[in-house]
Parts: sequence; C-alpha cells; structure tokens
Amino acid sequence: MSRKKITVKKNNLSQLTWGLAFGVVFGFLLQKGGVTKYDVILGQLLLTDFTVLKIILTAVVTGMLGIYLMKSFGWVELQPKSGSVGMNVIGGLIFGIGFAVLGYCPGTIAGAIGNGFLDALVGGVIGIWIGAGLFAALYPKLHKGILGKGDYGDITLPRLLKVNDWVVVIPAAVLIILVLFWIENTGL
Amino acid sequence: MNFLTEVSWSPYVVGIAIGVLSWLSFLILKKPLSCSTSFASTSGMVERLFRGNKVELKPYYQKIGLKIDWQWMLVLGIVFGSLLSALLSGDFVFNWVPPLWQSYFGDNPLLRLIVATIGGIFMGFGARWADGCTSGHGISGTLQLAVSSWISAIFFFIGGIMAALLIFRVFG
Repeated sequence: MSRKKITVKKNNLSQLTWGLAFGVVFGFLLQKGGVTKYDVILGQLLLTDFTVLKIILTAVVTGMLGIYLMKSFGWVELQPKSGSVGMNVIGGLIFGIGFAVLGYCPGTIAGAIGNGFLDALVGGVIGIWIGAGLFAALYPKLHKGILGKGDYGDITLPRLLKVNDWVVVIPAAVLIILVLFWIENTGL
Repeated sequence: MNFLTEVSWSPYVVGIAIGVLSWLSFLILKKPLSCSTSFASTSGMVERLFRGNKVELKPYYQKIGLKIDWQWMLVLGIVFGSLLSALLSGDFVFNWVPPLWQSYFGDNPLLRLIVATIGGIFMGFGARWADGCTSGHGISGTLQLAVSSWISAIFFFIGGIMAALLIFRVFG
C-alpha cells in the first residue's frame, strides 16, 4: 500500500471518530433539550410548547455569529446547499407532514432511540429507509423535472442582496433574539 | 457535575451549545452538522444486501455514495449520547406509544407503529426531495444564511403545523 493510500485511510478514520464524538455530544444535548420526545416535537407543531423553536433559533444565532466571524478570518468556508423552489417548497412540505405524523426528525429519531422510544426504532427508522429508497428509485425522473424548477443554486442571503455579510448577519441576529424574547414574554 | 444528572436543561443553553458544536464541526470536520443523507445511504446498503451490487448503479446512490462515513457515525453517536444523558438523569424509559398520542388515540402499539412508519416514509422521501432535514437545513443551512435552507425550514414548519393540527384538532 502506498503512503498516500495510508494517509487517506488515516484521515477517513479520524473523520469517522470525530463524527462519532460530535454525535455523542449532539445526542446528549438533544436529550437534555427534551427534543428526543414525541410530545415535545408535537407540542411545537401544535404551537403549545416552543422548546424546539427556542433551541433551533438559539443555535442558529450562536452558530451564525461564530461561523461568519471565522469566515472573515479565513478559517472556514461556507457550504450552503443548492436548492430550487421545486426542491425546497415541495420537499419541505412533504418533510413537514412526515415531521408531524412521525413526531421525530432524522436527527432526533436517533436520540429518541437512545431515550428508549420504540416507535422511533421499529416504525420510524424503517419508514425513513423506505421513503429514502422510494426517492432514490424516482430520482432520475424527478431530477429532470420538478427538482430543477425555480433553481437558485447555493446562494446565501448576503450574496443575493449583494451586500457585505455583516449587513445581513447583524440584523438577522437582532431579529432572532427579539423573536426569542417575544416567545419568552408571551409565556410559550 | 450535578448538571449532568438533571433531566432537562434550558433550551437556550442547549441551543448555544449546539451552535458552538456547529463551529467545531466546520473547523474540525470541515462539514456542517447534518443527519438525513445517512438514512438514504443505509437504505441503499440494506437494499444492496438483498439485490446485490447493481443497487450502487442507481443515479441517486452514485451521487451520495453507499458507505459508512462521518455522518453515519454522527447519527450513531446521537443514539449513544442521548442514551448516556437519559441514563444519567433517570429519564430512560422503554415506550411504544408516546403519552400525547396515547391520550388522543389510545395505547394500541400497532396503530402507533403503522402511523410512525407512514410518517417515516413521508419524512425520508421529503428529506431527500428537499436535500436536507431539520439539522442540515434547519440549523446548519439557516446559520449560513443559505436561501435553500431558510425556504426549506419555513416549509418544514408550515407542513408540520398543518398536519399536526389536522391530526390532533380535526381527527383527535
């Protein structure tokens, strides 16, 4: 085996180990946040318990400020996903229906399994596999058709508005924090 | 270390910690945190067990690759991390039917399993269609201010809220 191959193998191994380590921390946090539970997810979708939104919005503000700061130092590169109206609107709605019917999402379902929820393990995971397999079977047709409708590529809001990153980051952070204060004040 | 044995933490503490985790993920893994693609690759790997290597030739599996990668390990890690948290706080329970479901639709595990499977099919299909889930789009994509992710995240919740209200306020 050449030296190059060995390096690649080592890198892969360290990627796998880091992936596992990040997962353990992520899972620990999701369980402490309560979002490994069906009742908490459905509470959010029924608008009676705003735990899910509080966690997501706080993570987004924290993450956004750090990532854009590190980007300005040249430490990280953004990896925004490409999308289109056909992908994100229709796919988003289908996902949303699944979110409500299943009561877990692909990340929190792994946490739900660790928490002991057997409907996540026996029903949910198998369902997600079937759904993903169906998509893979239909992909060539969808790819040529609806997935390309209204394509906007991997654009970010600052690039779309043709402004400096911070012109969007700072107002977005302020807006999200105001929304969080508002949610907290209304007692949700 | 008492905080490790608490059943729940403030959602703001959890959110900030996940945000910091996303910084480290970008720095160390050079990837945003995401989960759902590994379910698709696992689905392909399961299918490959039954139907052989020709499964790999499907265009979608060519695109994502059928292997155990960092993201697959991340999802596995989530199971262990959640288990650890739940065991430390005594919050671990074996449960077939979630309490809220039970209070509306009874404690029949078979009914809940059928519904969970149907929900999973929608979710697996929709996550691939939108190319991301609550973590990949909802957290990692929105924090990068990606247009695709903000639109997806908004429609996750529009679809989810409408379906939840239909299930619990109309049928329930």
